[in-house]
Amino acid sequence: MKKLINKPEDFVRESLEGMAAAHSDLIKVNYDPAFVYRANAPIPGKVAIISGGGSGHEPMHAGFVGKGMLDAACPGEVFTSPTPDQMLEAAKLVDGGSGILYIVKNYSGDVMNFEMATELARSEGIRSLNILIDDDVAVKDSLYTQGRRGVGTTILAEKICGAAAEAGYDLPQIANLCRRVNLNGRSMGIALTSCTVPANGTPTFELSDREIELGIGIHGEPGIERTAIKAVDEITEILTRSLLEDAAYSRTLREWDEDKGEWVDVELTNLPFTKGDRLLAFVNSMGGTPVSELYIVYRKLAQICEQQGLQIVRNLIGPYITSLEMQGCSITLLKLDDETIRLWDAPVKTPSWRWD
Amino acid sequence: MLSQAQILQWLQAYATEIEQNKTYLTELDAAIGDADHGINMDRGFKKVSILLPTLTDKDISNILKAVSMTLISSIGGASGPLYGTWFLRASTAVVDKQELTEQDVLGLLQAGLDGVLQRGKAQLGDKTMVDVLSPAVTAFGQAVGESKGTLEAMQQAVAIAQKGLQETIPMQAKKGRASYLGERSIGHQDPGGTSAYLMLKSLLEVLENSQTTDH
Repeated sequence: MKKLINKPEDFVRESLEGMAAAHSDLIKVNYDPAFVYRANAPIPGKVAIISGGGSGHEPMHAGFVGKGMLDAACPGEVFTSPTPDQMLEAAKLVDGGSGILYIVKNYSGDVMNFEMATELARSEGIRSLNILIDDDVAVKDSLYTQGRRGVGTTILAEKICGAAAEAGYDLPQIANLCRRVNLNGRSMGIALTSCTVPANGTPTFELSDREIELGIGIHGEPGIERTAIKAVDEITEILTRSLLEDAAYSRTLREWDEDKGEWVDVELTNLPFTKGDRLLAFVNSMGGTPVSELYIVYRKLAQICEQQGLQIVRNLIGPYITSLEMQGCSITLLKLDDETIRLWDAPVKTPSWRWD
Repeated sequence: MLSQAQILQWLQAYATEIEQNKTYLTELDAAIGDADHGINMDRGFKKVSILLPTLTDKDISNILKAVSMTLISSIGGASGPLYGTWFLRASTAVVDKQELTEQDVLGLLQAGLDGVLQRGKAQLGDKTMVDVLSPAVTAFGQAVGESKGTLEAMQQAVAIAQKGLQETIPMQAKKGRASYLGERSIGHQDPGGTSAYLMLKSLLEVLENSQTTDH
């Protein structure tokens, strides 16, 4: 293993220390328990948005803390969910009196830790809701798995909901918006190489020079198959087709019901994309793939969408939700409407993502 | 009977067991998960090791509760809330006790299992720690029903737990990261089931050692 680290156990902390030093105008870092928060938190009257997850996916989530996006991010150990005490302390610090929305990726560890955190926050009088993101079409059969993983749509939801919070939406409105963004988003990824988790020091999985893994999650865990390497146009075609041909998907997710005061199962279905849809196209590097290659992917993706009568009205291209130094990419397509386009375009100022 | 001192010995023994099996658990997890189970459990139980000497004057329930809070706030992943919930529920089953009868131990094991079932929503056959814990609780309960003492009941429970662990090998995972592997998860022993087995095994070893000392 060759990495720019001192000691594996100091990886997360030292990375946060550097981030705090580099962006002291935007963010502050609390180290015990660990979370990154907006320098001007709490903002009275604004719903606070908190996300979090394992480290190793930078810039997600800590890089997206700031005006127009997240109020706090809780980093776990590398590829390991953060713990409820991190989320609770972050909630106490950033709650502006209008409540917290936790945006949670659908991984069992994240789901369980955030559920415990929201129970703790409510017991301390902080209004809080959880919305799960589960957009990865590579996971086919929800009967035999815990459902689809939360991948690329997560940060699109963070941007859109962050703008909504800034615009004064209340907590139920933001939760509804977040659920809608999730239902309109679909993602799928592919790996060319494994990454190496610092604490282990060896690659997480083996892929030969002539193999690729289709349908990976953000830790390299597989979804569909291991196959021989193909030209990038063909890979892009496979990824895009899987998003466009994904049928209506129904599943049950657990959400907190504020009126009943308990967890309830919510039945959700997202519908396939149809001709005329306006889309946001997000081509993401898993960390080790350069932007030039992402543009080759985007080139083919745009051609296919045009052929299918789908209109790409916004795009995002670059490393935003990564898996350490893994080579590969993911494509996310998100159906937009006037409201979500307006929120997408709203200003954002964070360490890793900013526009006016 | 299980004394407060034995509970402390058990938790220390389990922490040592996790440390010794850290690489093994991580290797099992690398095959079907994300290769951090040993590392995460060891991070939590190292903190438990430091905590234990401060708990010598506490009753059993408060010891288990303190362990739970330490695990919840230091492990992360799926193991943190699952083991944290196991110890938290176990603690609520033995409030104010300095010593546990066979019935108390059964109540503790059952409460821990119920908590894990609720938190993780896994069922028997999903290739998780439930496949180890659930049959073990049943076996312990049967032995207690036959008027066996804690030691003998635990011997039976651990034997069944070991069998349950072996039976996770041919299963296809339906929970956790391993579930994404589908059929490729078949043929590997479940890492969470392995750490759960070690938990029961270390309790049995404390009971067996105490008996040797008694003679």
